[in-house]
Amino acid sequence: MTKAWVPTMVLACLLAGSVEAEMVYVTLEKDNAIAVVDASSQKLIATHEIGQRPRGIALSKEGRHLFVAVSDDDTILMIDTEDFSVVGRLPSGEDPETFVLGAEGKRLYVSNEDDNLVTVIDIVSGKAIKTIPVGVEPEGIASSPDGQWIVSTSETTNMVHWIDPATLEIIDNTLVDPRPRAAAFTADSKQLWVTSEIGGSLQVIDVESRQQVKRVTFEIPGVRPEKIQPVGVVIDRERKFGYVAIGPANRVAVVDAATLEVKDYLLVGQRVWNLAFSPDQKRLYTTNGVSNDISIIDLGEHRVLKSLVVGRYPWGVVAKP
Amino acid sequence: MFARFFTFRRFLIMAPVMAGLCVFSISGVAVAAETSDNQLEIVFLALEDKVPPALSNLDPFIANEGIPGAELAIDDNNTTGRFTGQSFILTVVEVRDRTSVISAYQRKRSEGRSFFVTRVPANILRQIAALPASADSLVFDISTSDDSLRTGRCDSRIFHIRPSRAMRTDALAQYMLKKRWRNWFLVIGPTEADRLYAKAVRRAARRFGMKVVTERAWETTHDARRTAQSEVSVLTQGDDYDVIVVADEQGLFGEYLSYRTWLPRPVIGTQGLIGTSWDRNHEQWGAVQLQNRFREKAHRWMTEQDYAAWLAIRVIGEAATRTARVDAQGLESYIRGEDFSVAGFKGKKLSFRPWNGQLRQPLLLASARSLVAVAPLEGFLHPGNELDTLGYDRMETGCPR
Repeated sequence: MTKAWVPTMVLACLLAGSVEAEMVYVTLEKDNAIAVVDASSQKLIATHEIGQRPRGIALSKEGRHLFVAVSDDDTILMIDTEDFSVVGRLPSGEDPETFVLGAEGKRLYVSNEDDNLVTVIDIVSGKAIKTIPVGVEPEGIASSPDGQWIVSTSETTNMVHWIDPATLEIIDNTLVDPRPRAAAFTADSKQLWVTSEIGGSLQVIDVESRQQVKRVTFEIPGVRPEKIQPVGVVIDRERKFGYVAIGPANRVAVVDAATLEVKDYLLVGQRVWNLAFSPDQKRLYTTNGVSNDISIIDLGEHRVLKSLVVGRYPWGVVAKP
Repeated sequence: MFARFFTFRRFLIMAPVMAGLCVFSISGVAVAAETSDNQLEIVFLALEDKVPPALSNLDPFIANEGIPGAELAIDDNNTTGRFTGQSFILTVVEVRDRTSVISAYQRKRSEGRSFFVTRVPANILRQIAALPASADSLVFDISTSDDSLRTGRCDSRIFHIRPSRAMRTDALAQYMLKKRWRNWFLVIGPTEADRLYAKAVRRAARRFGMKVVTERAWETTHDARRTAQSEVSVLTQGDDYDVIVVADEQGLFGEYLSYRTWLPRPVIGTQGLIGTSWDRNHEQWGAVQLQNRFREKAHRWMTEQDYAAWLAIRVIGEAATRTARVDAQGLESYIRGEDFSVAGFKGKKLSFRPWNGQLRQPLLLASARSLVAVAPLEGFLHPGNELDTLGYDRMETGCPR
């Protein structure tokens, strides 16, 4: 290796390790607030009170606004990330918990758990344009990146409902394991991954046929099977790895997205709940509901870098570049 | 099971028709069905509860216990049924006197009804189980806690949803062992039910290696000199003990024990810290959703019996969804099979013990305003299913399977 290479290598390493102005937003269910974490320093820099029982959180398509479901205020707030002012209140229906931004970024699809409905909101007009009756206790909701599907999982009916975003009608229903929680599409929109809390499983479903490809189960030495309660799930853009939060097992499972085998279990905080990638997908953030912290995982090495106390009952998380 | 994973596309055309049907069946009134192929009728058979002596104005007597729970589950089943093309109907049959229960049951059997949820006492349930008409019906008992129905006689035709007395006392015993409250002072009320509860307490003490050091009967006399203050202090004197265990299912005196005992000791059993399958303090594992939905419907808290009724009908609904069938025979083999489980807001799969038809379930250990623990407690192990550390295990029942 010549000497001239060395500075270049050092620079490249520095660039790879640095995080430019990335902010991580975490909803705090019991503090009625949002915690703001600076990703480069890995420090909590602010906590903003926003409303009662904030849970679901998402970033708008252009990255300027946060959508936050404040469940006990029965609304979804639209918040400016610059000054944290509330710029809109969307008619989410009662007790909004989870929601997803449509692929085109113009609509929100909201699970109304107590009313067995999915509410569709047009963001620009700020109006609910339709409510779609689904199964008992809708929970997980996902939008396929190609804009073809919205899926809703119902926890007591135990189904995935396939909704056509064009007509807002249910086209098909797939029976899954008990208490399906979260659902996520792969970036190519070819697969849907669904976690079941009581089933203790991850079901990978082929979108084309809407049939199961594989049912993945989890076994962790020293952890009782009842503690295997999968919740949040995300899959990376390259479809190399998927990550599943296993609730009271306090671990995130690393699933090889090609073979659908579990590769590793990463120990995080207590009752790990939801997951979010950093924008460059080099890190994964987890909310740990019981231990009041978030864990930061390095995805290059699949290593937990840090746990950071953020407030009471961290629920949802999203990162902004 | 083959039916565990398939889609319901073919039923979609029927969905609007079924949705219409659900709206009319929620009130608990049977609706004449236009299509009966995919319809399942459940009979809620209840003996009217007698109003007990009023002990406290805080908890009013609930006459319709179980019924709103059943109605809520029918709603839930029908919501799912919209997607599977199945519909569920509830018929409530409430009778005044004991003798009419059997004839009401037989009448419904002769009308071709096969699914029953019963709110009747143990002795009547025994008679129902013995009837030839019960050979191919499905009866879900949401009322009894009698260990005798779950051991020896092995009336395994009946599914028992509520936990047995032994399950309750085992759950409490696990907690007492964890706290090292090894020496128990047992106070027993005057009724037969109290005697049976006390029997379960003694069994739990033996089973977990603890000791009932003293037993005292609570006497029901009308002596004007008796007051809770004086009486309880005197009653609870004796050898040292770690905890008072009370057997008072009716709630005649158990509430008077706390803070009045001779020694400063906690109270556990039918009052104080109780073992139950449902409690208004319970909110984990999504339970707050069920509590909210129930309160919106019934305008009161969900009781254990309401929960049992909800669960019984959810068992039927879950089996109908998974098997895509509505006949008793098809559902029974699935419910009794290895693959069956149902979710009940307890964070665990619930299923039936094949040897006595008892629903396996975690028990909540609750005080008046807080949920203290959930049994089985960590560390109580079982070679098969840890839920079987509560109540009579296969080996203890003398039942064949």
